[in-house]
Amino acid sequence: MAYQTIVEDNIDILVAGAGLGGTGAAWEARFWGQNKKIVIAEKANIDRSGAVAQGLYAINCYMGTRFGENNPEDHVRYARMDLMGMVREDLLFDMARHVDSAVHQFEEWGLPLMKDPKKGNYLREGRWQIMIHGESYKPIVAEAAKKSADKVFNRICVTHLLMDESKENRVAGAVGFNVRTGNYHVFKSKTVIVGAGGASNIYKPRSVGEGAGRVWYAPWSSGSAYGLMIEAGAKMTQMENKIVLARFKDGYGPVGAYFLHLKTYTQNCHGEEYESNWFPGLTEMVGKEYLDTENQHFSHKPIPTCLRNHAFISEVNAGRGPIHMVTMEAFQDPHLEEIGWHNFLGMTVGQAVLWAATDVDPKNQNPELTTSEPYVMGSHATGCGAWCSGPEDLSPPEYFWGYNRMTTVEGLFGAGDAVGGTPHAFSSGSFTEGRLAAKAACQYIDDGKANGIRVSEQQIEKRREEIYKPMEHYKVYRNEIVAGSVNPNYINPRQGLDRLQKMMDEYCGGVTVSYMTNEKLLNIGLQKMKLLEEDLEKLGAADIHELLRSWELKHRHLAAESVFHHTLFRKETRWPGYYYRGDAMKLDDENWHVLTVSRRDPKTGEYTMEKAPCYHIVSEKEE
Amino acid sequence: MPTFVYMTRCDGCGHCVDICPSDIMHIDTTYRRAYNIEPNMCWECYSCVKACPHQAVDVRGYADFAPLGHSVRVLRDEEKGVIAWRIKFRNGEKDMNLLAPITTKPWGVGIPQLKSVPAPTQEMRDSQLLYNEPKYIRMDEGGLHTLESNGLKMKEGVYY
Repeated sequence: MAYQTIVEDNIDILVAGAGLGGTGAAWEARFWGQNKKIVIAEKANIDRSGAVAQGLYAINCYMGTRFGENNPEDHVRYARMDLMGMVREDLLFDMARHVDSAVHQFEEWGLPLMKDPKKGNYLREGRWQIMIHGESYKPIVAEAAKKSADKVFNRICVTHLLMDESKENRVAGAVGFNVRTGNYHVFKSKTVIVGAGGASNIYKPRSVGEGAGRVWYAPWSSGSAYGLMIEAGAKMTQMENKIVLARFKDGYGPVGAYFLHLKTYTQNCHGEEYESNWFPGLTEMVGKEYLDTENQHFSHKPIPTCLRNHAFISEVNAGRGPIHMVTMEAFQDPHLEEIGWHNFLGMTVGQAVLWAATDVDPKNQNPELTTSEPYVMGSHATGCGAWCSGPEDLSPPEYFWGYNRMTTVEGLFGAGDAVGGTPHAFSSGSFTEGRLAAKAACQYIDDGKANGIRVSEQQIEKRREEIYKPMEHYKVYRNEIVAGSVNPNYINPRQGLDRLQKMMDEYCGGVTVSYMTNEKLLNIGLQKMKLLEEDLEKLGAADIHELLRSWELKHRHLAAESVFHHTLFRKETRWPGYYYRGDAMKLDDENWHVLTVSRRDPKTGEYTMEKAPCYHIVSEKEE
Repeated sequence: MPTFVYMTRCDGCGHCVDICPSDIMHIDTTYRRAYNIEPNMCWECYSCVKACPHQAVDVRGYADFAPLGHSVRVLRDEEKGVIAWRIKFRNGEKDMNLLAPITTKPWGVGIPQLKSVPAPTQEMRDSQLLYNEPKYIRMDEGGLHTLESNGLKMKEGVYY
């Protein structure tokens, strides 16, 4: 094929994927490495890429220590309880103690943060959330990243990491292709910070046809954070912890501002409060420590997101759906009504379109809610991602191997969705993680850890062949058939995605089985995943755009396989409402108050699973 | 609401192609104008709608759940720093105009060039501080939180 090979050499810091995590990394790297070569490779255009492409109406992670509102440990306790104990508290504390400085910078850069006219502090939506006019959140942070980076390569789909051939398990850059020109791009770099995204669309969505794009997390979030790192042999953690969202039906418009700021609430089809009916049974499943309804509202302990989902799902399954959001009271206030609409226009325009199309005026009727299909990501109310080192001053020995946010592959760092065990980072926390990773990566280089990296022409050539294989394969077999998409020699990327989604849905706790799975189902699913893996070698891509979809699918497949192994390993139901292990319906702190850690051997594809200890931040006085 | 492009307004400039995060706005080779090649990978993020200089890109709700006859239009003005929305219901009973700021400053001027700020000292490199810290965390003289400063420790086991 006539595509050129374009080599970018002598890079110090390569940022692979520049959403909020990646832009934070590129921006900060320039300060610690003023003479270093910083390069961004992004599969879209960094002005509108990543999960924040269409904007945000809130920054969901802001401590407000400046106003005496919260300390980092308060946020750690909150995230710990929301995730049923399963978090990396060193990483969370670290993110929380730095996050405010990122937000204060955003304000200086021009991001409009709303102010509380009475108190003078930022307008709070909830304890951790502040309200913003964030339509241009992404273009603003992209501007900062562009100021710091030596080069920004837009429209490069990064497919693989390059590995050093002089030292085992050390990263050496990345490769990919340009989705416009088709050219092959090689980035030789001393370090790589993966800022790529989590995974939407690995589970069959509730919508059909066109609506398959109206997923909760962006459809371009192709799990590449996981695909890239798993393939390179990096250890992953908490990949079983997929997330299910309770959202406005079909449009998946966010409910946070509605609950917290507009004070709307939910009820079943009879107009009754239903959550509390399910709590006694739930307390039996998970234990009083995790759901203490009598005191929970008044303590630092939230009712975990998954448990509220459980009540929702149970109520619907009991025949008392739909669940409605009661908006008719709040929306009588014209100011609150306007906020309700702005909230969608700022981050989920599709919900406004849907209500306009169906004449749903929340002032006159209470809109329906639904629970979404599961997602695999690491910055919302869930913490899937790579097993990363924490900072020196916080981390116990099991969590520390030299450089903050470095994965178990040397020189390979993560930020945002890429880092495991750090839920509730959201946009500002992901940006902060990028900054932390950038400083650590500069330190790694300055310590001489990246000396003597060698990448052979064979490695580069091998990846090149691999990357274009779906197009070659298509060319060889296309003319065996008259026309159409049915071919005995290949499947196209959409067909492969449909198969993956069906498999995840039916065997790994998707929406059509009410999020239920068990050991037998998971084992069948894993066998089918192997067959899909074989067929992914026979993907057929008709053009460069389909080649992009092919590699997104391969990344999604690697992420999904990891989810299967983790879900199989954890023999308990830790997060009822996210998913259920039907053969182990109770939370089991005796055996499973641990973090799950996996590694896929890059040579054999075999998985090994282990338990890692769960450390919690406690008061010095506590024994 | 996947996007679509009005034939008579599009001049094929490609701004939408350049910005689409999902790589689904392409130029049709026959008509030399843009169109959405993959509606089921469209998030309705409106990036292309906002980027179009001719308001040629619009959105029609997803066919699997949105009835026809609605409209959500937008004008984004970087110079004025505002975005204007108009929402029209299918039944014609609601027609809303909403305006929001998108920035408080002229584009890019509030962002420093970190190459030319004073380089970090070795002491800063050895610390846990990031650029502009500790000042920017609390905007006062307070330092960075540590386990020690907050009377905390890490402990293995089951704690809630």
